[in-house]
Amino acid sequence: MPMITIEKVSKWYNPQFQVLKNCTTAVEKGEVVVVCGPSGSGKSTLIKTVNALEPVQQGTIMVDGLNVTTMKKDLPKLRSRVGMVFQHFELFPHLKIVENLCLGQTIVLGRSEDAAKAKAMKMLERVGLTAHAQKYPGQLSGGQQQRVAIARALVMDPICMLFDEPTSALDPEMINEVLDVMVELAKEGMTMMVVTHEMGFAKKVANRVIFMDAGEIVEDAQKDDFFGHPRSDRAQHFLSKILAH
Amino acid sequence: MFSNFDYDVIWRSLPYLFQQGMAFTLTLTAIATVFGLILGTLIAMMRLSSSAVLSGFAVSYVNLMRSLPLVLVIFLFYFLMPYVGQWIIRSDQPVQVGAYASTIVTFTLFEAAYFSEIMRAGIQSVPRGQVMAGYAIGLNYREVMRHVVLPQAFRNMLPVIFTQTIVLFQDTSLVYVLSITDFLGAASKVAQRDGRLTEMYLFAALVYFLICFTASFFVKRLQKRISIIR
Repeated sequence: MPMITIEKVSKWYNPQFQVLKNCTTAVEKGEVVVVCGPSGSGKSTLIKTVNALEPVQQGTIMVDGLNVTTMKKDLPKLRSRVGMVFQHFELFPHLKIVENLCLGQTIVLGRSEDAAKAKAMKMLERVGLTAHAQKYPGQLSGGQQQRVAIARALVMDPICMLFDEPTSALDPEMINEVLDVMVELAKEGMTMMVVTHEMGFAKKVANRVIFMDAGEIVEDAQKDDFFGHPRSDRAQHFLSKILAH
Repeated sequence: MFSNFDYDVIWRSLPYLFQQGMAFTLTLTAIATVFGLILGTLIAMMRLSSSAVLSGFAVSYVNLMRSLPLVLVIFLFYFLMPYVGQWIIRSDQPVQVGAYASTIVTFTLFEAAYFSEIMRAGIQSVPRGQVMAGYAIGLNYREVMRHVVLPQAFRNMLPVIFTQTIVLFQDTSLVYVLSITDFLGAASKVAQRDGRLTEMYLFAALVYFLICFTASFFVKRLQKRISIIR
């Protein structure tokens, strides 16, 4: 059974505007899937439907065997097991870095203050930011903030990770420090769904690539097939533009 | 120019000015702030609720109050409230409310409209992504509000609430229209009794200025201390 199953999912923002059109795909345990496509193609919306941050009107989404689309009361619990990293980091600016990492652990997982702190420091060490534990997010660079955001997701011991354009709000010189952390994670066997334009990252660690356009999954292929010989015109067109330089 | 001023009139009337006048001004400010904040929070919650009826009511209330001059509202309530009281308790004749009770109710209701707008703006100033991030780590609605949204909203709105309270403190002087002895009213009464208008109004101006200026200074300091590093 796949870790994430998305089946015939459709979503409308209003009756005239359909953002997702009958999307179907799946992510196996330990698999890294990159979702790409032009702006407005619905890729960010799709990834947010996986932990029900965006509701859908049609279709079914299963995570670890649980139906997310019909879930109500247990939704927070499921979300705590799915790590999410946002384009604009979304660290809590009024909390110190270490407090950012402890909030979910103490409130949602019921860990003790000490246990949460120990785990937080372990994860900060992992992303190389131990020295910044007592600072506020606003005192860190974009790349550092995004690494903290990854650590904030990891302290919850997630069963899979969702990345929504994790590097597109970063200055170029900071992209690699974030991608390095993600590559490490992928190597360790973390199940990952990553919306990104970083084709280098996709080539390096992705198992599969999903190409979306205008709310549809146009292509869902093994990495080598996608980059080697994309079947659809739209994917060829997109790749020719994005890989031009 | 100032040689024929009589400063003694100020000294003589100090107990009256402060023990009666300022005492009422501060009481009215405090009561209207506390109850205005409570009522304002309720109105802000109604305004942000998903119920069209509740939010519609809140919007109408706020717009109505903010579109009327305070002096007019003070008058209107003073003359209207006896009849409203009569209607509520089904009495035969208008209920005696009195100028004091009337002003306290008026200021509370009036300030609630302004405070609710400050709170609504404060809550809405927290970006939607913050709410999403709270949900994403598994918090529920109440936990997101308590640990993510409100602490940030509070920092944004606290200085504005204090500033509004300073404005309210000044606005309480409008109760002179009901002949209530607030600080300015007291000064005014002494001024006319002793024929020392200039001295008393200058003194009143100085007191208002000192209080408000000092308060504003501390609000600015507070704002710096609690602001979020971005």
